[in-house]
Amino acid sequence: MTQSHGLRKFHGRIMEGVCLVAAIAAVIPLFAFLWHLVAMGASSFSLALFTKLPLPPGEVGGGLKNAILGSLLVVGTATVVGIPIGIGAAVFMTEFAKPAVTSALRFACDVLSGVPSIVMGLLAYQIVVRPMHHFSAFSGSIALAFIMMPVVVITSQEMLRLVPHSLREAGHALGIPAWRIAASISLRAAAPGILTGAILSISRIAGETAPMLFTSFGNPFLSLDPKAPIATLPHTIFTYAISPYDDWHRLAWGGALILVLGILGATLLSRFILWWHQRSLNS
Amino acid sequence: MLACQNLKIEFDRKPVLKGVTLDFPAQKISAIIGPSGCGKSTLLRAFNRMHDLTPGAKVTGSVTLNGREIYDGAEDPVLIRRRIGMVFQKANPFPTLSIFENTISGLRLSGVGNRALLHEAAEKALVDAALWDEVKDRLKSSPMSLSGGQQQRLCIARALAVDPEVLLMDEPCSALDPIATAKIEELMFRLRERLIVVIVTHNMQQAARASDRTAFLWMGELVEEGETEAIFTSPKKSMTEDYITGRFG
Repeated sequence: MTQSHGLRKFHGRIMEGVCLVAAIAAVIPLFAFLWHLVAMGASSFSLALFTKLPLPPGEVGGGLKNAILGSLLVVGTATVVGIPIGIGAAVFMTEFAKPAVTSALRFACDVLSGVPSIVMGLLAYQIVVRPMHHFSAFSGSIALAFIMMPVVVITSQEMLRLVPHSLREAGHALGIPAWRIAASISLRAAAPGILTGAILSISRIAGETAPMLFTSFGNPFLSLDPKAPIATLPHTIFTYAISPYDDWHRLAWGGALILVLGILGATLLSRFILWWHQRSLNS
Repeated sequence: MLACQNLKIEFDRKPVLKGVTLDFPAQKISAIIGPSGCGKSTLLRAFNRMHDLTPGAKVTGSVTLNGREIYDGAEDPVLIRRRIGMVFQKANPFPTLSIFENTISGLRLSGVGNRALLHEAAEKALVDAALWDEVKDRLKSSPMSLSGGQQQRLCIARALAVDPEVLLMDEPCSALDPIATAKIEELMFRLRERLIVVIVTHNMQQAARASDRTAFLWMGELVEEGETEAIFTSPKKSMTEDYITGRFG
């Protein structure tokens, strides 16, 4: 017996409705959190937030200058270490290594990218903080570099794999050395995608809090010494949010807003790079 | 002269070419014809050692260019490929380089930095490939803005810019319309003066009208070779006759 036309249409409508509700539910957190963040953070969003240092508890005002500069330094150092190594490894895997070696490296990166960030923090603690006998901005950068490297390797490798084999073949047929094919043909063709992956990996580590707890540690004062403890935005948000002071809560919301706007900006930038690249290819 | 003797090629122990002996004389266009899977592209790619790049490929026998063994252990395949250029079935210009940069990519990415020399080489190669008049005003544009036939001529210009002695063409017109095909065939006739041209084609009319010599390959073996006119008018083997008259393949 086949279902009647009306009943079948009814079932279709029900399924469509269920899926629509699921789709809305999936994006509710984004809008709820953006709404909340702007409502709470906007009031503390001022020039002082960027230019003033935090004040002792009880005094009203102050800003997050130390945490903003600290995050820039720690994330910047991690980027300088992590991205060249990540891209270099991906080039080795797609351009030079034997397939078995590539698979082994890829598997290692897949495992690494799943390791919880707090464990990467512990690793940095063990190999940097303990030998140095104190917390430091540098150890935080190392922890973040460990977190970003497998992500950069995986995205870069995917982008390099999308470069048609025929382009490499054309390079070989012209008698171009293999390393120049890798650098000037494969890497150049994959560059927009690799850059996008790199930007997204930076925004991923910029918000990492757990590994900061026992590496960069935090610092209520302004410090830009890589060997000394340093304040970072996510860690400062954490510290201020669990404090009993209203003014610190206000600063924490402001810091969260800065962080989220930065990540949103990075995501939009990466989208723009891809869009611009597509457009320039078609012109 | 380009020549191969008892050339055998296997992929993962599966023989594809089973001992081919052929000569490709200077100032002649030689066509290799045969049904799909007969090994004609495999044969062509052996001449500039492209199989070195394929894991599991094994080449035995001999390939010589003007008497020098190409598979000699002391020969650098990168240098061999500068003497023996190749054009592929599907035009594959580098999409991120401009038309000008594509033309001189073989020189520049091999370390030639002299700008005057590169400009001279680019113009000469584009003139040789009959593309100069069409692109001289937009050398900085993307090659993706060119038509399929223009892209293929750009690939020929790119191969000519490194000044090779041999040009291998792997079904260069199979994706092109008849007008673009005619342009490439005219080009081949002009290049014949100074290059050994070897073209693989599945188009019998093309072999008949655009080559001096023809070799017919079937199942990895050479069935017959000789002057193109003789092959197409009075083939010695019945299998050749059956193929060129369209009875199989």
